[in-house]
Amino acid sequence: MKHEIIEKNVGLLVVLILVVISFGGLAEVVPLFFQKQTNEPVEGLEPLSALELEGRDIYRREGCVGCHSQMIRPFRAETERYGHYSVAGEGVYEYNFLWGSKRTGPDLARVGERYSDDWHRAHLYNPRDVVPESIMPAYPWLFENTLDGEDTPAKMRTLKTLGVPYTDEQIENATAEVKGTQEITALIAYLQQLGTVLKGTR
Amino acid sequence: MSNLWGDSLSGFWSTWIIVVTLGTIGLSAWFLLSNRHTDKTPDADGNVETTGHAADGIEEYDNALPKWWFQLFIGTVIFALGYLVLYPGLGNFQGILGWSQEGQWEQEVAQAEERFAPIFEQYQEIPIPELAKDKEAMQVAERIFLNNCAVCHGSNAKGGYGFPNLTDDDWLYGSEPDNIVTTLTNGRNGLMPSWQQLGEDNIENLTQFVLSMSAEDHDAARAEKGQSTFTSVCAACHSPDGTGNTALGAPNLTDNIWLYQKPGQAIPDSIRQTLRNGRNGHMPAQAAYIGEERVHLVAAYVYSLRYND
Repeated sequence: MKHEIIEKNVGLLVVLILVVISFGGLAEVVPLFFQKQTNEPVEGLEPLSALELEGRDIYRREGCVGCHSQMIRPFRAETERYGHYSVAGEGVYEYNFLWGSKRTGPDLARVGERYSDDWHRAHLYNPRDVVPESIMPAYPWLFENTLDGEDTPAKMRTLKTLGVPYTDEQIENATAEVKGTQEITALIAYLQQLGTVLKGTR
Repeated sequence: MSNLWGDSLSGFWSTWIIVVTLGTIGLSAWFLLSNRHTDKTPDADGNVETTGHAADGIEEYDNALPKWWFQLFIGTVIFALGYLVLYPGLGNFQGILGWSQEGQWEQEVAQAEERFAPIFEQYQEIPIPELAKDKEAMQVAERIFLNNCAVCHGSNAKGGYGFPNLTDDDWLYGSEPDNIVTTLTNGRNGLMPSWQQLGEDNIENLTQFVLSMSAEDHDAARAEKGQSTFTSVCAACHSPDGTGNTALGAPNLTDNIWLYQKPGQAIPDSIRQTLRNGRNGHMPAQAAYIGEERVHLVAAYVYSLRYND
């Protein structure tokens, strides 16, 4: 085919451009939608509880993802520090994912159970109180704000339509579980479960 | 752990990837080759027909790609095919090198293990009190401590509000090597219940009594009243003389060390707060993070903080 033919037929040019652009995705992305590895939860993975879910939204609201990744890559340097590398099956209930792409602070993919609740409270109130050299901002308002849980069932219903297996009972009790709780408690509940399904580096 | 990267693709998707990948390479190569020569060759007089595009009187020639450029393109095609033979890329074909992301990680870990394991094994043989005197071992241990423990206990191990000082004489769970290893391996959960139900008057009496045990300023009359409550309510964990119980992690109340004294807080206030609301101390288990051999080494380090002055 002569390039002249393509250059003088705009329709053909458009079609071929689309082909060129989409083929990478067609080979690398599309098959993942249909793979067991990316669609099946790892053993023991449960959807986030109502409180953890609200904690996740606070995590998102405060922009934690801007400085903390949740993606341990399969390099020894990372698995030594953070634990088992992340796998796709851990994130099948994640909408949207919070893998992040920048580590100003450490990776949080397996921060769950690593520190005590008290530590997280102290640290989020003022990081310098426990880590003197920290540059992380303080989040004191999380201790003042409380959740009303009004939107929690709607959030869970939405996630359910996306395939997160919430039971009707969980959705029904969501508001009661969350109502009146300090935001800090919800955030810590979320943090303390991160990456706890897969354990161990050695 | 071996199958976490997942099962292989189904036959359809494997074929799909192979067709799309090879098809793209093939089409690119064909398009490149089919445009190798220009059909606008100079005539006998050396006049060349242009594409007819003109801008400001400058006309565009239709020359073939320069040879080096053309060869560079061919090079990329050859590279792509070579890559696909050596590495995974074509559906379920794993490449003749057998490379995988997971395999590379395992190799990396095995290499490190080979290099470092003998060192840790050697330390593992040495009893903790002796290891605590080994300078080199303690340098290694300090690094592990700083990476894993300093976040709560501080880089100088002196702790903070709610996080025990590891350099003093006060040991919630005992100072024997075995105690330290157990603490590190399994973690600890301290629970001081809330005593709100005793009423403010009793809490005040108890506060004064607890102060008296550490010879702090106190109200003697109230302390005396508090003593009987202490005996009936607190002594079970903190022992009748208030020296605590390392089996439960109940602190010694007679040594004037106050784990939960906030910076700037008066001692009586911190005692009242503890009595009213209770406390939850939680030391996370470390065995899963650093492994048995490093636990041994860090235990020796913690031991050395106290005994190697």
